[in-house]
Amino acid sequence: MAGMTVIVRTISRLLFPFLFLFGAYIVVHGQLTPGGGFQGGVVLAAAVILLLLAYGIEGAQAKVNALQAELAESLGGLILVWMGLMGTIVGIAFFQNVLPFGSLGHVLSAGSLPVFNFGVGIKVAAGLLTIFYAILRIQGEEEK
Amino acid sequence: MRQAVALILVLAVGALLVFTVNAYLLPFGTFPERRIGGFENESVGKRILEDAPITTGSASVVTSVVWDYRGYDTLGEATILFTAVCGVAMLFRVARRRA
Repeated sequence: MAGMTVIVRTISRLLFPFLFLFGAYIVVHGQLTPGGGFQGGVVLAAAVILLLLAYGIEGAQAKVNALQAELAESLGGLILVWMGLMGTIVGIAFFQNVLPFGSLGHVLSAGSLPVFNFGVGIKVAAGLLTIFYAILRIQGEEEK
Repeated sequence: MRQAVALILVLAVGALLVFTVNAYLLPFGTFPERRIGGFENESVGKRILEDAPITTGSASVVTSVVWDYRGYDTLGEATILFTAVCGVAMLFRVARRRA
């Protein structure tokens, strides 16, 4: 995949940080506003997939390569299970909300929920990216 | 003929949606059973809406349900996603080796 014209490349290069920031905002503010880990993760993945469409697979893998995406997906899953186990270690039950609540309506509130949202955001973004890379890899092999 | 059937179907689905959403239009809005025994006042949804900010500390009720009241369920969703990614990676790796 060679990529697209210079117009598409320029626009997507300018748009990428804003898309990434928006995805991170949705993930981080999951306990305050509509959204959360799953939705923000999809936006994060879409930001990298936009680069992939504009620059080809090499341009996207310069930002995040396939190994990093797979590692990040496993890391997100580990964060989820580890925070769930923290409930049994510190508190009583699996998936118990053990961290301090903080004040309602601030970013650092709601105990473990921001950690869960962060983990699942990483997991969804890296998972979708891994699927894209896997499909594109086999397509590139067929073209050669 | 097909257009007429499609139009009737669309109208039926639209009417169903309108009746379901609007609580004051029978027969789908408010089920008669829900009025009996104060069900509308003591349902789980109302309880969660009232208690969620206090019991979970989260301003967003959806997040508190997804990650606190039903954390197992969401862990299952994440597991499904993980399995899907593993399956896609495995499938395409096997296909590449064979080709």
